[in-house]
Amino acid sequence: MPKRIEIPLGPQHPALKEPESFTLYLEGERVAASNVTLGYNHRGIEKACEQRSYIQCLYLIERTCGICSHSHTTAFITASEEVAQVEIPKRAKYIRVLIGELERIHSHLLWVGVAGHEIGFDSLFMYSWRDREVVMDILAMLTGGRVQYSINTFGGVRRDISAAQKEQVLKAIDILEERTKYYIEVATTETTMMGRLKNVGGLTYDIAMKYNASGPLARASGVTRDVRRDDPYLVYDELDFNVITNDGCDVFGRVVVRALELMESYKIIRQVLNNMPDGDLTVKVARKVPANEATVRYEAPRGEDIHYVRGNGTEKPERVKLRAPTMANLASITYMLDGGYLADVPIVIAAIDPCFSCTDRAITVKQLDNGREGTLDWNKLREYSIEWHKQRGFDAHKIKLSI
Amino acid sequence: MLWSLFFIFIFPGVFFLSSYGLILEYLDRKLYARFQNRVGPPWFQPLADFVKLMGKEGIIPTHADKGMFKILPAFAMAAVSVVILYVPLWSTNALYSFDGDLIVILYLLTIPTLTFFLAGWYSTSLYATIGAVRTITQLFAYEVPLFMALLAPAILANTWSLSGVVEFYSNNPWLALANIPGFIVAVIAVQGKLERAPFDIPDAETEIVAGPFTEYSGRFLAIFRMAIDFELVVTSSIIAAVFIPFFSTNLWIGIPIYLAKTILIIFIMSLMRALMARIRIEQMVNFCWKFLAPLAILQILIDIIIKVLV
Repeated sequence: MPKRIEIPLGPQHPALKEPESFTLYLEGERVAASNVTLGYNHRGIEKACEQRSYIQCLYLIERTCGICSHSHTTAFITASEEVAQVEIPKRAKYIRVLIGELERIHSHLLWVGVAGHEIGFDSLFMYSWRDREVVMDILAMLTGGRVQYSINTFGGVRRDISAAQKEQVLKAIDILEERTKYYIEVATTETTMMGRLKNVGGLTYDIAMKYNASGPLARASGVTRDVRRDDPYLVYDELDFNVITNDGCDVFGRVVVRALELMESYKIIRQVLNNMPDGDLTVKVARKVPANEATVRYEAPRGEDIHYVRGNGTEKPERVKLRAPTMANLASITYMLDGGYLADVPIVIAAIDPCFSCTDRAITVKQLDNGREGTLDWNKLREYSIEWHKQRGFDAHKIKLSI
Repeated sequence: MLWSLFFIFIFPGVFFLSSYGLILEYLDRKLYARFQNRVGPPWFQPLADFVKLMGKEGIIPTHADKGMFKILPAFAMAAVSVVILYVPLWSTNALYSFDGDLIVILYLLTIPTLTFFLAGWYSTSLYATIGAVRTITQLFAYEVPLFMALLAPAILANTWSLSGVVEFYSNNPWLALANIPGFIVAVIAVQGKLERAPFDIPDAETEIVAGPFTEYSGRFLAIFRMAIDFELVVTSSIIAAVFIPFFSTNLWIGIPIYLAKTILIIFIMSLMRALMARIRIEQMVNFCWKFLAPLAILQILIDIIIKVLV
C-alpha cells in the first residue's frame, strides 16, 4: 500500500496563471485524491457595484477578468438594459457581437498557447501568441484597448466601425484562418502532443451533465450546450454557425472543440461585417433605473456566464451577481484529476480554461474553533472586523461609514 | 607538475570547459529562440546568468542536510571535468588514455545524474523529492541505450579505449557509416541525460516547479548549471568523437572540424527541444525500452557481423 503524500499545487505555482489552491494526495505519480480551495482572487466586486452608478459599474465589471472582459460587460449591460426596459439599435448589437467574437478568438488562441506551455511545448506557445498579436492589434484599432475594450455603454456602444477598419478586420481574419488551420494540423498529428493530450482528464457525458459543466468543457464530452444556440441573445438568432461538439471526453477533445470554434468565429465575424445595418449607435437611457430585475446568460469563451441585476429606482444597482463559467467547470475538476498522473494535473486544469479572477465571488467562512460554516454579509463582516480590532486595542465602532 | 595544473585548470580542464560550455549554452538558447520566432539572448547571457547567480545569497532550507547541499554541486562539476581528459578533441589521441577508459567515461557521466537525485532528496522539499525520483527513473530508461550505442563502435574497433576507437575510425572512415543507428540512439539518449525536452521530465516547470533544483539558489545553483554546461561540451564531444570520424593533428584544420562537429550536434539537440512537447515519465520509459534499446541492440549486432566479415 503506497504511502500518500500531500502536495500543494498553489496558490502560487508556475502551472497556475492565477492563484488557486489545489491539494493533491499522491501515491507515487498517481493522484489518489484532490481538493480545491477557492477565494484568493476575491475583490468584493459585487459589493463595490452597489455603490456605483450603472456606468461606473460597467468599468468595474470589465476588470473582473482580462480575457473575458467584453463578456462580462455585455452580459451586465444587457441585464441592465432589460431592467431599464430599453431596446438598443441593431447596429449596436452587431458591433457587440463583432467584439465578442474577436474576444473569443483572442481567448482561444491564448488558451492554445497556455496549453502548449503546460505540456512543455513552448514552440506552440510562442507561435500561437505571435498570431494572437494580429487579433490584439485589430481590437486595439477598433476599440483603443488590447485587453479592456470599453466598447459598451448603457444603451449601445461607444465606437463605430468605418469601412476602412472593416477591410482591415477581414484581412486579419484571413491571416488568422490560415494559421488556425496550421495549429489544427499540428495538434492532430504531433505525436508527443497527442501522447500528452489523449485519454487525459476524462469527463463522461453523464458526469458533465451531473456537475453542470459548460462551454468547451461540456461540448468536448458530447453535451450540445451553447447559449448562443439555446437562448439567443444580441443577433445570434440571425447568424449561421455550428455548435462544435466532440465525443473525445478528454483534453484532446477540448483542444479540437476550441480550434474548430475558432473557425466558426471567423465565419460569424465575416457575416457580421458584411451584413451590418446602418443606424444609431446608442439610445438614451434615463439615469434613474426602475425597480426591476433581470438575468442574462452569455456564451463567454469559457462557457456560460450568468449575470443578475436588480434595480431599485435609483441610479445605482441594488444587487449585482456574476456567475462565471469557471465556477461551474471547477466542480468537475476533482473528478478529472483523480486517478490521473501528476504530470497531467497542469494540462487538465488548463483544459477547463480556468479564470479564477472571474470565479471568486463569495467566500464561505469556516470558524476554526467550532467548525461552523456560514457566509458573512456586509453588516456581520463589519461587526466581526470591529470585534477583532477591539481585541487588539482599537475601537472602531464609532466610525461612521457613508455606505 | 606544471603541465598537470595546466591540463586541469586551463585546457582541456575547467577554463576550456566553462568557456566552451557557455558558448554552447548560448548557441542552444539562441537557436531555440530563433526556432520559435523570437529574438533570443545576446552572446554574453549565459556568462551574465552565471555571474549573477554566484553573487546571490544561497538559501539552504532548515531541514535540508547542509553538508550534502553544499558539496553536491561541486561533485557534479568535478565528475564531468575529469571526463574531458580522456576524450580526444581534435587529434586521435586524448590527453590520457588507457584500455578501458570508455567504460570509465560512461561511469563518470552517471555521477552528475546521481548528484541531481541526491540534491533533490536531501533538499527535503516535496517538489524536490518528486523531481529526484523522476531523475533516477529517467536514468534507468536512457542509460542502457546510451551505453550500448557508445560501446557498439568500440566492439567493431576491437578496443575499449576511446582514443583507440577514434584512431580505428580515422583509419577506416567508411566503417563509420555502419554506426548510424547508434548515432541516432546516442543523440536521443543524450537528450535524456541532459534533461532537455522531450525528456525534461525531472525539471517539469509547470508540474514540480524546478524538480531537484527547487530549493537551490545562489552559488550552489550556479555551480549545478555550470556542471550541466560542462556536460553539454563533454557529451557532444564524445558523440562527435565516436560517430563522426574526421580528425587532424594539424591545429588549423583540427580545431574548426571539432567546433563544427560539436555545433552540429548541439543544433540537432536544439531542434529536438523546439519540436516536441514534454512526455510523461512512463511514456519515456516505454519509449526507451521499446524503441531505443532494441535499436541499440541492432547496432551491436551490425557491428559484430561486420567485425566477423572484415
